[in-house]
Amino acid sequence: MSATATFEASFHDVARDLMARYYEEMTQVAKSSTPRAVHLLIAGNPVELVRAFDLLPVFPEVNDLQLAVKKKSLPYIQKAEEMGYSTDNCAYVKADIGLFMSGREAGFATIPVPAVVLCNYVGCSVYLHWFEHLAEYTNAPAFNIDVPFVRTPDGEPRAEDVTYVVKQLEQLIELFEKVTGKKFEYARLQRTVELSSQVGELWCAIKQLTKQRPAPFDAYFDAVNFMAPLYALRGTEECLRFFELVYKQLHEKAKLGQGPLPEEKIRYVIEGPPPWPYLRNFRELFSRWGAVAVASTYSTVGGLWEFGFKHDPAHPLESIAQHMLKENVCNRNFLQRYEQIGRYVEEWGADGIVIHSVKSCRLFSAGQGDMREYFAREKGWPTLLIESDLEDPRYYSQAQLQNRIDAFFEGIEHRKLTHV
Amino acid sequence: MATVMTESRAEAYREVIEDRAFPTVRTYKEKTGRAAVGYFPVYTPVELVHASGMLPVALFGGGNQIELAHADSRFQSFVCSIVKSTLELGLTDKLDCFDGMVFHSICDPARNLASVFKRNFPDKPVEFIHFPQNPGSPSALAYLEGEYQRLVGVFGQWSGHQVSDAQLAASIELYDRVRALLRELYALRAASPERLSAVDSYVLTRCSCLLPPEESVPLLEGALAGARALEAKTQDRVRVVLIGAFCEQPPLDLIDSLERAGCYILDDDFQLGTRFLTDDVASAGGPPLRALAESYLNHSVHASVKHDLRKPRAAGLLDKVRDLHADAVIFLGAKFCEPALFDYALYRRALEEHDIPHLFLEFEEKMWLYDRVQSEVETFVESMLFS
Ligand code: SF4
Ligand code: SF4
Repeated sequence: MSATATFEASFHDVARDLMARYYEEMTQVAKSSTPRAVHLLIAGNPVELVRAFDLLPVFPEVNDLQLAVKKKSLPYIQKAEEMGYSTDNCAYVKADIGLFMSGREAGFATIPVPAVVLCNYVGCSVYLHWFEHLAEYTNAPAFNIDVPFVRTPDGEPRAEDVTYVVKQLEQLIELFEKVTGKKFEYARLQRTVELSSQVGELWCAIKQLTKQRPAPFDAYFDAVNFMAPLYALRGTEECLRFFELVYKQLHEKAKLGQGPLPEEKIRYVIEGPPPWPYLRNFRELFSRWGAVAVASTYSTVGGLWEFGFKHDPAHPLESIAQHMLKENVCNRNFLQRYEQIGRYVEEWGADGIVIHSVKSCRLFSAGQGDMREYFAREKGWPTLLIESDLEDPRYYSQAQLQNRIDAFFEGIEHRKLTHV
Repeated sequence: MATVMTESRAEAYREVIEDRAFPTVRTYKEKTGRAAVGYFPVYTPVELVHASGMLPVALFGGGNQIELAHADSRFQSFVCSIVKSTLELGLTDKLDCFDGMVFHSICDPARNLASVFKRNFPDKPVEFIHFPQNPGSPSALAYLEGEYQRLVGVFGQWSGHQVSDAQLAASIELYDRVRALLRELYALRAASPERLSAVDSYVLTRCSCLLPPEESVPLLEGALAGARALEAKTQDRVRVVLIGAFCEQPPLDLIDSLERAGCYILDDDFQLGTRFLTDDVASAGGPPLRALAESYLNHSVHASVKHDLRKPRAAGLLDKVRDLHADAVIFLGAKFCEPALFDYALYRRALEEHDIPHLFLEFEEKMWLYDRVQSEVETFVESMLFS
C-alpha cells in the first residue's frame, strides 16, 4: 500500500511542479513589456505552432477551472453579469472576462494581456464569441481558425477541409512572424510536433490501461489532472518526460492490480465536463459506491488519441489540421460521440453510463436527453442523466445529485447480483 | 394596425404562415410533383435547393402553435425553444411533407439538433452546412465555393436532378428579385413606418421564404404598391431599431404589442436569413457558386452567427441607428439563445458609449402573455418621449 502512495505522490507532485512553473512563467510574461502570450482554446488546440515560436500558450479554460476548483469563480461570473452577460451564457467565458476586467490577478498567476487572440474554432461556437469579445477588450490582433465541422456521411473530413485548415495555419504562421519578428523555422515545428506525437502515444497507452480490472486510475477524476500538462505543455521536452513517468507508474500499478479505490465494484463511462467547483464532493458520490470511471469523453476535448491518432512530424501542418478537424470530441458530430461512448462501454467493459449535463456547455449538453434515450432504450444500457455546471457553483445541488447517483448505482449493483 | 395588407389579406396570410401542417407546401408538392426541403434558420443558400428542382422552405419552429410533449425530454430546459419545437414538429409527423432537412453551424444546440434529427428520422436526409467563420481570410472563398459545390451534389441526389450553371443563374436571379423587394419593403418601413406595420412586414417576409419565389414576387410587389399608395398619418412614437431575434421568432402578437406600446420599429433582424445577402448576387459576377459564396462573405449583414473580425457587430448596429435616425434600440433576444445574449454585452457597451437609449427584452416563441413586455416598452417609451 505504501508503494502506491509513493507512486501517486511522485507523478502528482511532478504535475503540480510543472503547472506551478508554467504559471510562474505566465506571471513573468504578464509583467514583462514584451507581449508573448497567445490566448487559445482547448478543443483540438494547435499548441505546437505556438510553441514553435517560443510563444506562451494561455488557455483561459484551464485558468477558469483553476478558479472554480479554488472556489473563486463566482465573483468573476457576477462581474461579467453586471457587464451585461446573461445567466444563460457559458460561465467559463464569464469567469474569464470577469477576471480580465478585475485586474487579471488570479491568485495562482497573473493573466497576461494577449499578444495574439487565437480562436481555434474547433466545434464550440461559444469560442467565437468569447475571443471576439476578448479581442475587443484588449485590441490585440485576433485570428479565427475556421475548422469545418465533421459533416460527411463517413465522418471523415474532406480533403478540401484539410487543405483549407492548412492554408489558415500558414496564414497564422505569417501573423506569428509579424508579431514576434522571428522567422518561422520548419524544423522547429517538426520537433514540437514530434514531441507532441510521442506524448500522444503515451497518453493513448495510459488510456488503454483502464481496460484492465481494476483500472489503475480513474479515467475521469484522475485523468483531468493530466489534462493541464497535456495542453499547456504539449510540444515541450518536460511534457514528454512527465508522460513517460505517468505511464511508467500507472503501468506498474496496473501490474500490481492496484486501483484508485480499495475495491473496484462498478465500472462506468462518464460523458460531460466535471463540476469543478465541487469536484471533490462529486467524486465522493461515486467513490462511496466503489465506482470507477474507466473512460470519459471529457478527457478527449483537447484531442482524441486512444483510437490510434498520432501527430506526424513529417507532415506537421497536415497532422495539426487532422487533429483539429477530427481527432477531438468537440469537432465530431453528436452521433459520433454516441459511437465513441459505445466503444468505451464495450471495449473498456463498463456497467453503465453517467451523463453529466452542464448548463454552461451546450456543445456538450444540448441533446443529451436524446443520448440517454439512445443508450437506455436502444442499447438497453443503464444510463443516468444528471445536471449541474462546470464553473458556476450556483447550479450544484448535492442532495439531488446524491439521490440520483445512489439510485443508479443501487440499480447496477442489483443488476450485477441478479445477472451473474 | 392594419395597413397595406387589407385586414382580410393580412389575416389570411397570418394563418398560412402559422399553420404548422404546411398546407402551401403540400399543395405545391401535389401540383408540381416536386420535393420540398425544410431548413433551420438562419441562412441557407436557397438557390441551390431551388435550382435542383425542389422548394426550399424556412422552418421557424413551432412558434406558439404547438405543445412540447416529446422534445423536452431530449433537449434540456436551458436550451432555446426553437430547437425543441422543431424536433417536436418532426416527432409529431408535421414535417413529413419535407423530403430533406438542412441545418447549419450557427450554434451548438442547432448543430446537435442536426444529429438528433438524423437518429430519430433515419429515412429523412439531413444535411449540415458549415459556413466559414473567418470571412476575411483569403482561403474562405475557395472553401465556401467548394462547400456549395458539395451541396449541389447532395441536393442533386435528393431531387434526382443534377443542376446546371444556367439553372443556378436563373434561381439566383429569381431570389435576387425577392431580396430586392424585401429591401424595398424594409426601406419603405424605415422611411414611413406609418405605412407598413412591423407585423405586416413580418408576415410578408415570412411568406417570401414559405411560398415558392415565383409566387412571393407578385405578392410582395402588390403589397409594396398598396403601402406606397396608402395615406397614413405619422404618430408621435419612438423610432427604434430592433435586434436579437434572428433565429427563434417572437409570436406575431408580441411584435404587434411592441409597436402598440408606442414605437415604430424601423428595422429588425427577424427571419434574418431572408435578407442575409445585401446586394444582388448576380452583380458579384463570376460563376454562380462563386458569386453566392462571395456574397455571403463580403455582401451580407452583420449577424450574431457570422463572425467577421473585420468589423465588430456593435459598430454595424451603431451605423444602422445613425443611418435610420433611430432614437433607440430594443434588444429582443430569444431566451437561452447564446449567440444573441453574448452580443448583447457588446451592444450594451457600444450603446452606452454613444448615449443611445436601449431596452433589453427576452422572449420565448411559445409566449402567450405580452403584458409585461408591453408595459416595459411603454415605460421605456414614456421615459423617452417625456424626458
Ligand atoms: S460552451 Fe463548452 S466548450 Fe464552449 S467555451 Fe463553454 S464550456 Fe468550453
Ligand atoms: S435561437 Fe439561438 S441558440 Fe437557439 S438555435 Fe437559434 S441561434 Fe441557436
